[in-house]
Amino acid sequence: MDLKFHNKKISGIVTVLPSKEVKFEDEMENYNFSSAKSMKLKLAMGYNKHRIAENDVCVSDLCSYGLKYLFEQGKVNKDEIDALILVTQSPDYFMPPTSNVIQGLLDMKKDMICMDINQGCAGYIIGLVQAFMLLDQPSIKKVALLNADVLSKKVSKRDRNSNPLIGDGASITIIENSSENLTIHGNLFMDGTRANALMIPAGGFRLPSSAETAIMEEDINGNFRSLDNLVMKGDEVFNFVQTEVPPMIDSLLHTASVSKEDVDYYMFHQPNRFMLQKLADKIGVDRNKMPCNIVENFGNASGVSIPTNITYNLGSEMLNNEYQLCLAGFGVGLTWASLILKTGNLNFCEIINY
Amino acid sequence: MREKIISILNELRPEFDFSMSNNFIADGMLDSFDVINLVNELDTTFGISIDGMDVLPENFSSVENIIALLKKNGIE
Repeated sequence: MDLKFHNKKISGIVTVLPSKEVKFEDEMENYNFSSAKSMKLKLAMGYNKHRIAENDVCVSDLCSYGLKYLFEQGKVNKDEIDALILVTQSPDYFMPPTSNVIQGLLDMKKDMICMDINQGCAGYIIGLVQAFMLLDQPSIKKVALLNADVLSKKVSKRDRNSNPLIGDGASITIIENSSENLTIHGNLFMDGTRANALMIPAGGFRLPSSAETAIMEEDINGNFRSLDNLVMKGDEVFNFVQTEVPPMIDSLLHTASVSKEDVDYYMFHQPNRFMLQKLADKIGVDRNKMPCNIVENFGNASGVSIPTNITYNLGSEMLNNEYQLCLAGFGVGLTWASLILKTGNLNFCEIINY
Repeated sequence: MREKIISILNELRPEFDFSMSNNFIADGMLDSFDVINLVNELDTTFGISIDGMDVLPENFSSVENIIALLKKNGIE
C-alpha cells in the first residue's frame, strides 16, 4: 500500500552498540567448512566483525542507556517525549511490554503512550510510519522510536548462515512535527504465507522451549542449530529481496515524482554485502549511493541497521546538511517497506558504545 | 569460456571432479554459499553483474547452464 505523510521530520538519531566486538576469524572453527571456503565467503558477504551484547544485556538496557545519554547531554528533554515506540523481536519479557519497562526505568511521565511492535528488518520503516501516525494526534508532539535487538542470543554459534552476520544494538530516533511543508512518501507490503522463511520455531506458546527443542541438528549445508535458534532460509530470503524490492523502489520513486539520480543515498537494511550490491545493480543505482559496510563493521541488528547506516556513514554530515534519502527494509514477516524523505539539519546523529 | 568456468569451479571446490557430474547442485558439489562465491568470480572474471534474480541453483547446476547464463549477459 502507498502511504503519504505531511509535515513530519526526524530531528535526531543515536545508535547504541555493545562494546564487545567479535571477529569472523575467531569463530571460523565453529563452522563445519574449510577455512579457505569461509575466507572466500567473508569477502563476498562482507563478514568481518560484529557487535555482540553480553549475556546479561537486554533490549531495555541498550535503550535506556541511549535515552539517558540524550537526557543527560541535554539533547532531548525527557518530559517532551509523548510516545515511546519500541520495535524489537527480542523483548525482555513476553509481558509487560518492554517499552513500559524502559519508561519505568527512566521515570518518564505517565501522560504518554508506550507500545511494542514485533518487527525485524523492516522495523525502522514500520516504526517511522507508526510515529508519523501518532504525531497526527494534537497531544503528541514528540515521539522516541526505539529499534533494538539482541538476537545473537538466539543464533547458533555453529550456524554459518546466520552467526557471522548477526549483530546486536539499539537506536533512538526522535520524530516530531515540522513547520516546513514536507511530504514523505512511503509504501509497504507484507506476506505471511512466507512467514517461516525467517523464524525462531520454539520458545513461544505454539512450541514452548524444552529439552527436545534444544537438541542441535545438522542441516543439509553442514550448519548446526536447534528449534530454539533463529533459522533463515537464505535462498528464499535472497530471492524474495531481489524479486520484491526493486519494483517497490520503482513504484515509490514514481509516486513521489523523484528520479533515481535525485536520491542522494539509498540507506537500505543491510543483510550482507552481496545482496546489497546485487540489489543496487538491479535497481540501477550507483553502488556508492547504497552503502553496504554495516554488516562488516557491526553485524546486522535487524531494524537497527538503517539508523546505524545513517549514523555511521553520514554522522555529523547530517547536522548541517539536508539529503534526499530513500530508506528500505525487508525481511521477517515477510515484510518489505520503503520511504523517501528529505532529512537533515539534525540535532544529533551519532554512535555511542554501551 | 568453458575452460575459464571449469577453472573457477576447480578452484572453488578442488575436492570434486566436475566432469563426473551432470548436476552439481543435486550431487552436493555446490551449496548456496558456493553459488554466491561462483557468482562473484564470474562477475569479476567476465566483467558483468549477474542479475540477482538469476542467482538460482538451477543456473549453476552444470557448465552448460553457466554458459547459457553468461551468454544471457552478453558473453560469447
